[in-house]
Amino acid sequence: MGRNPVTWLGSPTFPNAARDALSDVQLRGNLAHATTTIRTKRAAAVAELPDWQRLRESGQAIKDEVLSNLDSYLERLEAAVTARGGIVHWARDAAEANEIVLRLVKEAGASEVVKVKSMATAEIGLNEALEEGGVSAIETDLAELIVQLGDDRPSHILVPAIHRNRSEIRDIFRSRMSGVEDLSDTPAELAEAARAHLRRKFLSAKVAISGANFAVADTGSVVVVESEGNGRMCLTLPETLITVMGIEKLVPTWSDLEVFLQLLPRSSTAERMNPYTSVWTGVTPGDGPRKFHLVLLDNGRTQTLADRVGRQALRCIRCSACLNVCPVYERTGGQAYGSVYPGPIGAILTPQLGAGTDDPQTAALLKSLPFASSLCGACYEVCPVRIDIPSVLVHLRGKAVEGTHTPESVAMAAASWVMQSPARFRLAQRAASVLRLISRRGKVKRLPWPGSKWTDSRDLPAPAAETFSAWWRRTRG
Amino acid sequence: MADARSVILGRIRAALADRPGPVTVPREYDRVRDLGDVLTLFEKQVADYRAVVRRVAESALPAEIESSLTAHGVRVMVTPADVPTWWRVGQFVWSLDAPMSPLPNAALDRADGVLTGCAVAIAQTGTIVLDAGYAQGRRALTLLPDYHLCVVHADQVVATVPEALARLESTRPLTFISGPSATSDIELDRVEGVHGPRNLEVLIVG
Repeated sequence: MGRNPVTWLGSPTFPNAARDALSDVQLRGNLAHATTTIRTKRAAAVAELPDWQRLRESGQAIKDEVLSNLDSYLERLEAAVTARGGIVHWARDAAEANEIVLRLVKEAGASEVVKVKSMATAEIGLNEALEEGGVSAIETDLAELIVQLGDDRPSHILVPAIHRNRSEIRDIFRSRMSGVEDLSDTPAELAEAARAHLRRKFLSAKVAISGANFAVADTGSVVVVESEGNGRMCLTLPETLITVMGIEKLVPTWSDLEVFLQLLPRSSTAERMNPYTSVWTGVTPGDGPRKFHLVLLDNGRTQTLADRVGRQALRCIRCSACLNVCPVYERTGGQAYGSVYPGPIGAILTPQLGAGTDDPQTAALLKSLPFASSLCGACYEVCPVRIDIPSVLVHLRGKAVEGTHTPESVAMAAASWVMQSPARFRLAQRAASVLRLISRRGKVKRLPWPGSKWTDSRDLPAPAAETFSAWWRRTRG
Repeated sequence: MADARSVILGRIRAALADRPGPVTVPREYDRVRDLGDVLTLFEKQVADYRAVVRRVAESALPAEIESSLTAHGVRVMVTPADVPTWWRVGQFVWSLDAPMSPLPNAALDRADGVLTGCAVAIAQTGTIVLDAGYAQGRRALTLLPDYHLCVVHADQVVATVPEALARLESTRPLTFISGPSATSDIELDRVEGVHGPRNLEVLIVG
């Protein structure tokens, strides 16, 4: 396999990456600030709609309907796009999608492309594949540009540079753009610098590459939701537009979008509506690109669809609300998840999309991801399409430990044996009280082997001086 | 070897071998909603995005357009060739864009502003929608100039998103615009003004 899909090759397992991330004080400060801001705003935006829960139920059902009949909806979309002058391509995996896009760019005679922020193209490593083929890809979304200019990796679905604060962004721009020596760190000036930097590229680009937020099976209409206008530039100005879209991004009809255009902006940027939404169908003479290619991407989606519990992850509309409320994500940041899909949704999506990898290090990362959660359930509460992330996490944990003996599986088996007998339980409690001797401030940081396997990744609360049953006998008995 | 299309469709059919039952989609959400005076609400929500917005009388429209353009200090304005002639007021240079004689991108980029109408407007979200129809032109017109003056007629304003979608034809090129270009990419805080028009001004007629 030439290119490792979904994860970044060579990434450590989540606990190892998290340990490094947790020691980065700047990162934790930046993340806490950003996620706190957006959580408060999202709650207010959602509270404005009295029918929010009913919209979520509809969103869930529409996506389930699409997934239940995905083959016929894809055929319908293909026919509609083709009828309106678009060309549809199918890609089994990342390598095939990258080959198709590179070939199309070369056929258009371009050595440079402008890109709209897209999770699908980040997932398949398109920029790197284009670079290898002699084509430079210019990211035009502000956060993607910050990541690209900083030779960095994304850490959030919506705001890939969320781990950077304004002064870090200023420093990146000063070192990588020309004529901005006096740039300050006010967000308006930083945005202005990006505008000036990219304007000429928009006006001269022959080819643009985008993802898609939605596609309407009935009509072949494709939808991109954005804020800055870089999306509109890419979708409108170049002669050729290539859109890479995961096969699960469909809705059956145009009116189904009335649900998602309400759910998505309020969940992601906490706005009543995002600044710009573009809808196009095939090619329109005299308005926008003269050539439109739609690349339909599998890359692990069909194997995810085969799992009855896990397939609900394919309902995801990439809003990132689950990241912003997750106590684990808030502390480790997104890069610790080793993939373009971080946070709770990443912990269930990445292992499923990447399952079957033949790289042992990637396999270890994928197995570790479903454990990157405290199962608090906040992600499920905010998910606009009601993905029951905690249940899928537990399901994937079960698959991850099948046939293996992890500290957790051994500990759970032992606990089960002890708790089956009251006598054994009392004995175990008395034995446990010796742990107080090695605890400090109510916590046991490190147990001797084999308990060290448990405390490697967590502290253990010290047992109480008196057990509950002893206290009960003493005071009520 | 089978082609990618048949392989993917085959994988989907195999993955759905458990035949998940037919899904009944509940539609209990509000397609319409009583939000009081929709024009007042639309005005408030547009202003909330830090766009400039005001209500004007039909008869005063040319004078109001002139005062907006004067206040903004523009000289060269682009506009689709089919806007009403009485909108093209005052001492400004009007560049007309028509399907048979489209303005080059460089001319759009140099222009000080663009004047259009719209197809539909949504009160609840403060959104205007362009569908490349009457008085709106092709998509690039409202993208490259830094200032967009948009005329919205009272009968174009609906309360909710579902009402707006019902009025639109999805196979036309559509642009939903909610306030000026903005970003939340720096510390997840909204800042107006990136690539699209940094100044949006809306005149509500009626």
